[in-house]
Order: sequence, then structure tokens, then C-alpha cells
Amino acid sequence: MGSGLLHVGLGHYLTVSAMLFTLGIFGIFLNRKNLIVILMSIELMLLSVNINLVAFSSFLNDLAGQIFTMLVLTVAAAEAAIGLAIVVVFYRNRRSIEVEDINQMKG
Amino acid sequence: MIIASLAFYLFSFIAVVSALNVIFQRNPVHSVLWLILTFFNAAGLFLLLGAEFLAMILVVVYVGAVAVLFLFVVMMLDINVAMIREGFMKYLPVGAFIGIVLLVELALVFGGWAMSPEAQALRLAPTPDLTQIPNTEALGRIMYTQYVYVFQAAGLVLLVAMIGSIVLTMRRRVGVRKQDISTQVNRRAEDTVEVVKAEVGKGIA
Repeated sequence: MGSGLLHVGLGHYLTVSAMLFTLGIFGIFLNRKNLIVILMSIELMLLSVNINLVAFSSFLNDLAGQIFTMLVLTVAAAEAAIGLAIVVVFYRNRRSIEVEDINQMKG
Repeated sequence: MIIASLAFYLFSFIAVVSALNVIFQRNPVHSVLWLILTFFNAAGLFLLLGAEFLAMILVVVYVGAVAVLFLFVVMMLDINVAMIREGFMKYLPVGAFIGIVLLVELALVFGGWAMSPEAQALRLAPTPDLTQIPNTEALGRIMYTQYVYVFQAAGLVLLVAMIGSIVLTMRRRVGVRKQDISTQVNRRAEDTVEVVKAEVGKGIA
């Protein structure tokens, strides 16, 4: 792991990605009024996972991690597209994108 | 070496600060713009790690496609910006608590973590010498051979996402005059044209 401040090791990258992941979780809890910001927080979390994968791939000299990063990117793009489509349909029906209003499927 | 370290600190600092801004911005449009800045700096981190192809893909896919999609949707929906902050303080303590717990857990896991000596032998696709083969070519060589099924599955995921979002957002609106090709082609002369014998001097009233 990283020794010294100027020698950037695997630990430094893992720290950055942990911070981004935590910020993503934090954003999901904080923004209860806006579904789009929640989707953006999910994108942040996926980005931090990508940084983790690329960091391990680089420090282990294993390209498989970068392949998985591309898959995560694909899934993130698909998730954003479908999530935003659902938000648009929901807004059309309810004129709002608040999390509290999403209770139509409550039993 | 020093420049690379300084670049790492610069990129990661801006990435974390802009991620904070994504969450705390009042206006969702500003959030999207900060998200774009986060992605750019993450691409910088990828460059430092030697993953050039992924850095470019990150910029193209995230900034070029996903962020623009977010911007479109944010601008299309008429969101009351003033109301967005309501209940913000209510969720701040529990959000901060869970965030701190998660951060401490991650620190504990990664702090006590060390690379196994067998890790080098267990690699699935060892990186070739990057001075001989560029990163993009090395990735392409294994992606279309060793990981071809995974690659195809990724394509299927995108296809399903495309069909799903089209199906979700398409709607038939009443009162809109749209061209319907099949109706036009299936129209027959006997359904629409009527031959009337007009009497001389009277015409058809």
C-alpha cells in the first residue's frame, strides 16, 4: 500500500473511490425530492466502482479489470436510459418527480 | 513521478469536490454540469493509471451521451427548484450517519488489506508490455477473443435498454393527425369513391 504522500499507490486510488461511493450513498439519502439527482448519485457510485476496477487492473497488471469496467460502463448507460425513461413517464402521469409521490404500487 | 503524483491529487481533489457539488446543488442543471466535471477528472485518473482507452470511452459515453441525456430530461421536466430543498435537513443526520459508517467500514477493509503473493499467478489476462502494444490494442486483443461472449452480452444489454426506453416513453396521443402508411396503402377506391349519376340541369344537391 502507499507509503509517503508523494508516492501514489493503490491505497490512494481506493480512498478516492471510497469517497466517491460514500458521496453517492449520501446523495441518495439527501435528495428525496428529486429523482434525477438520485440517478446521478447512482452514476457516481458506478464511477467509483470503475475507478476501483481500473486501479486494481493497473496495479495487478491484469487487463480483465478493464474489460469489466467497460461492462459496468455499458450497464450504467443502459440504467441511465431506462431510469430517465421511467422518470419521464412518471412525470407525465403525476406532474412530479418526488420520491414521496411514488407510492402507486403500494399494496 | 512528482508531476504524476501532483496530477493524481489534483484530479482526485476536483473529482471529490465536484461530486459533493452534484449532491448539494440546488438546481439540477448545475448538478449535471458538476457531474460532467467529475467524469472528466475520473477520466484523468484513468489516464494516470494507464487505461487510456477507458479514459476516452468515459468521456465519450458519460459526458457525450449520459450527461447530455440527463440534461435533456432535466430541462424537459418542469421541476420546482425551490421545493427541492424541503426535507433536506430531515434526512441530513441519517444520511451523514450512514455515509460515515460506510466510509469507516471501507477504510477498515482496505486498511487491513494486502496483496496476496499468489495474486500474480491468478491473473486472468496479464497485461502485455505496454511499451510494445498500446493499451487500446491490448484491450481489443482480449475483448474480441477471450471475452467475446461477455462483449456480445453487453450489446444485448444495450439493445434491451433501447427497446425498453422506446416502449416506455412512446404514447398514442388522441387528436393528432399522423401519417399512417398502412391505412393509406390499404385504402381501396370502392371504399372512398362513389359514382353518382347527375341529372341534367339539377346536379347533385
